[in-house]
This record gives sequence, structure tokens and C-alpha cells, in this order.
Amino acid sequence: MIDKFAIGRRTLLASSASAVALGLAGTAHAQKPLVIGFIYVGPRDDYGYNQAHAEAAAVLKKMPGVKIVEEEKVPETVAVEKTMESMINLDGATLLFPTSFGYFDPYMLKEATKNPKIQFRHCGGLWQEGKHPVNTGSYFGYIDECQYLNGIVAGATSKSGKLGFVAAKPIPQVLRNINAFTLGAQSINPKISTQVIFTGDWSMPVKEAEATNSMIAQGVDVVTCHVDSPKVVVETAERAGIYTCGYHTNQAKLAPKGYLTGAEWNWERVYTGFVEAMKAGKAPANFVRGGLKEGFVRTSAYGPAVSDAAKAKADAVKLEMLNGNFVIFKGPLKDNKGNTVITAGTSQIQTDPALESMNYLVEGVVGSTS
Amino acid sequence: MDQSGIGLWGVPLAMLAGAIRVSTPFIFVSVGECLTERSGRINLGLEGTLVMGAMSAYGTALASGSPWLGVGVAALVGLLLGALHAGICQLPRVNDIATGIGLMLFATGLAFFLGKPFIQPKAPNLGAIDLGWWSSIPQVRQALQVNYLFVLGIALAFALAWALKTTRWGLIVRLAGESVDAALAIGTHVGRVRMIATAVGGSFAGIGGAFLSLYYPGSWNEGLSSGQGLMAVALVIFARWDPVRCLWASLLFGAAGAISPALQSVGVTEGYYLFSAAPYVLTLVLMIATCSPERSLRGAPGELGAVRQKEMRQWPGSMSTRAPIPGPGTAT
Amino acid sequence: MSPKDQVALESPPAALVTAPASSSARDNMRAILERIAVPALALLASAVIFGLLLAIYAGVDPLEAFALMYQGAFGTWFSWQNTLTRAAPLILTALCTALPARLGLVIIGNEGALVLGGVAAAAAGVAVSAASPLVVQLTMIVAGMLAGGLWIAFAGALRQYRGVNETISSLLLTYIAIALMNHFVEGPLRDPESLNKPSTRAIGDINMIGTIPGMDVHWGLAFGIVACIAVFLFQRFTTWGFAMEVIGGNPKTARMMGLNVGRYVLLACGAGGAAAGLAGTVEVAAVMGRANASLAVGYGYSGILVSFLARHNPLAIIPVAVLLGGISASGGLLQRRLDLPDAAVVVLQGIIFVVILASETLYGRLLPRRQGS
Repeated sequence: MIDKFAIGRRTLLASSASAVALGLAGTAHAQKPLVIGFIYVGPRDDYGYNQAHAEAAAVLKKMPGVKIVEEEKVPETVAVEKTMESMINLDGATLLFPTSFGYFDPYMLKEATKNPKIQFRHCGGLWQEGKHPVNTGSYFGYIDECQYLNGIVAGATSKSGKLGFVAAKPIPQVLRNINAFTLGAQSINPKISTQVIFTGDWSMPVKEAEATNSMIAQGVDVVTCHVDSPKVVVETAERAGIYTCGYHTNQAKLAPKGYLTGAEWNWERVYTGFVEAMKAGKAPANFVRGGLKEGFVRTSAYGPAVSDAAKAKADAVKLEMLNGNFVIFKGPLKDNKGNTVITAGTSQIQTDPALESMNYLVEGVVGSTS
Repeated sequence: MDQSGIGLWGVPLAMLAGAIRVSTPFIFVSVGECLTERSGRINLGLEGTLVMGAMSAYGTALASGSPWLGVGVAALVGLLLGALHAGICQLPRVNDIATGIGLMLFATGLAFFLGKPFIQPKAPNLGAIDLGWWSSIPQVRQALQVNYLFVLGIALAFALAWALKTTRWGLIVRLAGESVDAALAIGTHVGRVRMIATAVGGSFAGIGGAFLSLYYPGSWNEGLSSGQGLMAVALVIFARWDPVRCLWASLLFGAAGAISPALQSVGVTEGYYLFSAAPYVLTLVLMIATCSPERSLRGAPGELGAVRQKEMRQWPGSMSTRAPIPGPGTAT
Repeated sequence: MSPKDQVALESPPAALVTAPASSSARDNMRAILERIAVPALALLASAVIFGLLLAIYAGVDPLEAFALMYQGAFGTWFSWQNTLTRAAPLILTALCTALPARLGLVIIGNEGALVLGGVAAAAAGVAVSAASPLVVQLTMIVAGMLAGGLWIAFAGALRQYRGVNETISSLLLTYIAIALMNHFVEGPLRDPESLNKPSTRAIGDINMIGTIPGMDVHWGLAFGIVACIAVFLFQRFTTWGFAMEVIGGNPKTARMMGLNVGRYVLLACGAGGAAAGLAGTVEVAAVMGRANASLAVGYGYSGILVSFLARHNPLAIIPVAVLLGGISASGGLLQRRLDLPDAAVVVLQGIIFVVILASETLYGRLLPRRQGS
């Protein structure tokens, strides 16, 4: 920890120097660095969502001519507007990454209209040309591809045929993961079911542990999750001797026996692309999406409990995904209330906007969306 | 329903298991606060103590490899925070409720500040006693995994109840809580008694925190407590300042908290937000049902919340007892 | 904290009785000096403690940190607006604790009243969104204040008529309110278009309350200041305000005097809850444009702190809220420039609060008095 702050001290010296430089007219020979602001909704070392972004920010820090300013635990209120303004006014940031979904509307859109020369790129929002300012944009990764692969491995490993999913809230991004996970498992065993428990918020350690234990009591033997920090779910499952699939980052260390594989972000790929565009004097792309093929997401290495057969099946599908030939959501597909949500013959490829507003759980999922 | 699931029976079983797993921090904090309040002092800051306890226990277990050393350090940290609270409140004209809130903020912030390096590493956890050895149903066995601290918490509740009732020491604590004048008359040093009671109460809360980070859920992060300490302090009023009732209240609260995930796990999934409010609704309903304007303060220590005011502050309807919570922080 | 306000706080109880015997001019001077010196000393002591923590643990130059904090909170016009924006909801939520405190009640359900006020305002605003903006805005304000007011009045009524401790009931009601908010926002009131951040429907841009002319701070600040002044005048100059003072001083006497204590309890709790409900309304009508889980970000809990630090004096609430707003506004700069974690400002807030509260013991040390313990 001392080391961490020692680095902080050096950046302090550098940044106070540049703060002075900004105030005075004559900057030294060094070219003005590109200042990039990262805003996180939670603590940046949460072993999950925020950390995945912060790790990518740390990679950018090493790039020459780039300065990173970061703020954590910024709520999705007017506070984030003020943080953005502060980064622009006091730090001279010209590219901002508000990384939480709730920052998009109205806060980021408002600041973007106010500061047309500043570039804003938002994680997860659905940017639309003509509707949103041109100096804004959004990026996201098709992590449901990794969740589908998680599902294949989970389905091949489960003995009870019951999988568990601890989720925060029934929003499209989460529902898409639950569905992809379930479809992956059903591709191995059509009878398999996924039990989903919503905890109601993004970081509720006690409830997450309770949810995991409740599902274990119902015979679930593989769990995964979509909460800000999967640590509690993974550790609880490991202690109970069942299997887990990770999320956000690699949690193999936490469950050396039961960790099967995991769905991980690879944000540095996205961010370096933006930064290179900025350095070349161009506006970064407005709508950026990518999956395994583009390298925006990746899977964790298989754990010891994964059979060779399961590996082979998952690897085969992964290869198709890498070639861009695999479609997860295709008809005929029914939700768990019996309604047809995708008709036979229809394929919703990853770029299909319908997927970004998913509001159903597929057949075989035990749970409801409200 | 296949063999591995036990269906709807899972709900009461999950509630029992939930009570055993979740209630321990509530037991420690409420029993500790019970002791403190019986001496005539309120410590609202135990939420902060709980979080500091959790952080320091985890950090210690990580560094030393011994979770029990972690529990010890958490108790020590709680002791110090309690003593700090008592020391500040001992100063004339200082309001103990407000100081408690301030210390809650301070301790929570400090725990987050110092705890950053402990979020990722995995520290050794406390073990459990397997009380379900007789059963062949895995769910029952799992539910009856009981941690030593849970047993210790139950023992503490009964021991404190006994000590307050029958020992000389308990009598002194109660005297300090009931009437400063009477305590002074027999030569008791009220400040010292409250200092000890508050510090010990704080150390209980610290142990409660150690349970959170070292057993269940068993890791350190910033969302770990999310208000459990505050709620446990409130349970003391609910339990009418009786350590054993604090124990029952904590168990009830823990069981009610397990309702939402348990119902979802058997397929009752609509309205889970409302189910997750069950512990709070249940507590409120029970309070409304069991209170009456005439008996609202039964069991309340007489000096509690009296900010060393000259005149007795009496609430209409509660004859002969002072309001358990002080009015505006003005010393008149 | 403004020293004048503190005098105002201290003097009414004495003034109520008779002209106090000791109120010579010199004593007043000494009291005023104390009111300046003690908080200043407390702030200085807090700064020293925090500075030591930074220097020893984090290896940061404390002077550098304080210069940055000043810059972030009060150093520029932008910083001031940032500070005032953050202070605005705290002023209103603090009244939720301060008003009932006048009667000797400790209400900590501010967050719940704010959250429900916000949901009610959004629901009402959406329901009448076709009407003229003024009608929509007034409807929202009434709905929000009513929801918050009734919520806290319920806690007051439970206290008065069932003897349920108001501190615990208002805390429980907060958790229940947040669950209700989540249920409505993600269930019956959800806008299907709100994808990954479940929200109610938007009230519409033309119905938004907007910012105070000439500054980038929303109207919530003005509402809060007006409310504080109104409460101060009410407490100081009306019979009802006087009656509350009497009840707070000694409920038994008040009852013997024939005061209808129940009515005042409901009034104070209702008005306090309405203030917090108004804070929620402002969040919806001036900031978010809709209601969602971001209503529950802790403004209510901070309001409790502000009220206690202001010793429940409505005028003192304003500077205390600005101080707290300034600290949180400066937190961002500390994170960005010094690589300090977010928790650093929470620690500082905690230290300041504890030290200021402890410093209250210094008042009147010139006139020592035998204390209870």
C-alpha cells in the first residue's frame, strides 16, 4: 500500500507542475499531454466492473503523452456533471469516459451539449446518430458470447441439471447474460434450468452470499453472477464445494477447485483505439461494439474441473464466434412465460439493437423480470 | 422435483439457515450496545465500529495467517473506538447521539481508506462447527454449519443478562444508567463505569465485524455492512434493553432477511423488492403491536440520553421515565 | 459555522424565561468571541489531525492537499457552484431532523422521505405532464412534499399515539421507502424505454425547474434557504413556534399548560418530512427529470449530520451544509491530483464532525459549572 501511495506522490508532483503550467502562458518544450478523465460509479478496486475499467486506465497511463485523471464512487446524480465539468475546467481533460450506465442520460448528454469541443465516450449507452450530440458516443462489449461459453462448460459440468445466476437488477444487459448463459447450457442438455435470484442492487455482499446459499440448498451445482464484484459469490460457492463461472475479471485465484471458466472484459483494447484516434487528431468512433472477435472480451483459462469433452465443445463454439459465424439469439426462441420472442428463421446477430433492449428470460430460466 | 432439491421445505430451512448465518453481527452489535445503553450512554457509531472491525480483522488475518488473531485485533479496535466515543461524550455539554454519528462517519471512512489493499487478497477464514452430522440431507447439514462466533454471541447474551441482573458489577452499570445521583451517592465513578461499558460494547461490535469479513460473507469490501450496525443499534430499543431479547430480535431479523432469496430460489419471484423489505416491515409491525403510549419506555435506562440536563425531560404519557433519546443538543 | 447563528440558537430558551440576569454587555461580547474562536479552533485541530494522517500514512504533503481542497470547494466560481449544488439537498433534508428536534424527537428517516417524495413527484408530474409547466411543477411539489410529510408524520404519530420510538421507526421506514421506490421504479411505474437504468417516465424537458438565473445551481438551493429562514421566523415569532419550544423544553409542563402536544408532533414531523420530500422533488424536477434509484444516494443521511452539527438551528443549517458540500466538492480534486481514495474526504468529514462536537465542551468554560458526570 505504501508503494501505491508513493506512486501517487510522484503523480502529484507531475500534476501540480502541469497545473502551474496550465496557468502560465509558456509551457515548456513538452507538448501538452492528452488529458483523459475516467469516472467510476464504485470503488475502483472492487474486483469487478470498476476494476476492469481502472486496469485499462492503468495501461493507458503508460502511453507517452497521455495523462489520466480518475474519480471513483461518483453517484449517478448531478455530482457526475460536476465531476465532468471539474475535469474539463480544472484538469484540462479533453476526452472523458463516464463508465457507468446511469451517467449517460441526462448527465453526460447535458455536459456534451455544454462542452462541444470535448469528446465523451460512454460505456454501455445506446448512442444513436442524429439523436445524441456528435461529440458523444458509446462502447460496449458482447460479453454474452463469453456467458454462452460459460453456459456450455457449466452445462457439461453440472450433475443436477440446475444452474444458478445471482443478478443485481433485471435490466437488458443482465437479462442478456442470463439468457446467453442458459442457452449455452441448453445446447449441451436441453432440460437444464437456470435459477436466477435478483439481489436488488449492484453491491450487496450479504445478500449475494444468501442468494448463493439458497440456490445451493435447492440443488444448484454451478453458479455465476452479474453483480459489481463477483468475489462473494465465487468464494461462497467454493466453500460449499460447487462450481463457478467468473465475471468481469478472472477470479480463478478465489476458487482454485471449483472455478470452471469466466467472462472477462478487455477494455484496454477499446480505450487504446480511442486514444490513438485522438492523438491522430481525429474524433474517436461514436458507436463501438465488439465481442471475442474484436478482442473486447475474453474467457478465463479453464479450471481443473472442466472435462476434455466440455473444453472441446466450448472451444468449437468459440472458434465459430472468433470467425464471426455464431449467432446466440435465433428463432425459434420462447421466453419462460411461453411467449415466442424470436420467431423461427430470425437471427438476431450481435449488432441487432433489439438485443440491447432485451426484456425477457428464455425458457428454462426460473425467475421473473419484475 | 428431483432428489437434490427439497422444494418448498427449503423456505423455512433457508430462514433457519439465514438466521444462523446472518444474525451473528446483529447479535454482537446489539448485545454490545445493550451493555453501553444500560450504563446510560448511547453509541450510534457502532456501524463504523463494525466496519472498522471487519477491515482490521481481515487485514490481520491476511498478514498473520491467523483468523483468530484477526478477531482479537477487531475486538481491540472496537475497544479503542468505544473508548474514544466514551471519552468525548464524557466532556461536559457534548451530545452522545451526534458524536456517535460523527464517529460512524469517521470509522467507516477510515476503514475504506485503510482497507483498499485488502479487497483483492484472500485471507484465511474462521472455521465452522458441523452440527448437522446427524442428517443425511445436504441442505440440513449446510444450514447447521455453525460458526464459533455465533455460539459465543449467544453465550454473551445470556452471560450479560445474568451479569446485569445478579452481579455487583451489573448493579453498578445499571445504577449508572438509571440515576447518576444515586450512583454518585454510593461513591460510584459514573464516568469510569460508562467508559468501560462503552469500550466493551465497542469491542463486541468489532467482533461482529470480524464475523462479516472472516466468516460470512467472508471477505472484505466496502459494501460489506451497508447499515447492519445501525439497524442492530435500533434493535436494542426494539428489544427493550434486554440482552436475551436482543438475541431473539437478531435471530428474527436474520431469518426475515433470508425470505427474499429463499422465495426466489423456489420460484416465487414477483415483487422481490417488497420481500427484501420484510425484516424492516416485520420489526415495525411488531413494535406497533407491542408498544403502547403508557408502556413505551418500559426497560429504558433512566439516564439514557439525558444530556446532563438539570431538569428532567419528560415525555407526556411516559410517567416517571425520561425520553430515551435526547432532544436538541442544547444543554440548558 | 456562523457565530451569529449560534448566538441565536443559544439565546431563545433564556430569553423565553426572563431577561437573563447575566446578560451584561461584556458577557455577550465574550460569548460572541467564543462562537468564533471555538469552531475555528476545532476546524484547525481537524486539519492538523487529517494532515497528519495524510502525511504519515499516504505520504502526501498536507499543505498541498488543503490548497487543492480550497481550490476545489471555494477557489473559483465554478468550484463555488459545485459546492452550492451539493449543499442544496442537504439544507432541505437537514430540516427533516431539525424541525422534530425542536420537540425533543430524533428523526433519522430523512432519506426515506426524500426518496418517496421524489417518486411521488415523478408519478404526479408524469400524470399531469400535458398541463402547463407551472401546473406540472406545482403538482409535483405538492405531491412530493405531501408524500415526504405523511411518511415522517406517520413516524411522529406512532410515537405520539402508540409510543413507538421515533428514531427506530423512522429508520425502518427509510428502508421500507427505498424498497418501495425500487419496486415502483422497476415495476408499475417503469418506463419500458429506460433500459439499463430502470426509471419512471420522464416529466418532459419543458416541465423541468431549471437553474437559478446567473448561476449553474438549481432552484433547490433557493428553496432550501427560504425554507430555513421561514422555519427560523416561525420558531422565533409565532405562537406555535413558541409552543414547540415549550414542549421541547418540558413536555410535562406543556401538557399541564393544556398544549395539544399531538398536534405539534404531527406538524413538526410533517413539515420536516415535507422539506425532505421537497428535496426529492427537486432531484426529479431539476436534476434527473425522472425518478430512479439514484434518489437514494445518501443526501438524507448527510442531512441528519448537518442538522446535528447545526444544533438543529435552521439558520446554522445553511453554512454547515455549505461546508459539507464544499468538502465533497473538493473530494474529486484530491482523488485526481493526489491519487487519494474517495474515502479520504469521508475521513475528513468524520474528523471535523467529531472535533466540532467535542469542542462544544469549550463553550462557557469561563463560567464553569458542576456537571453530572
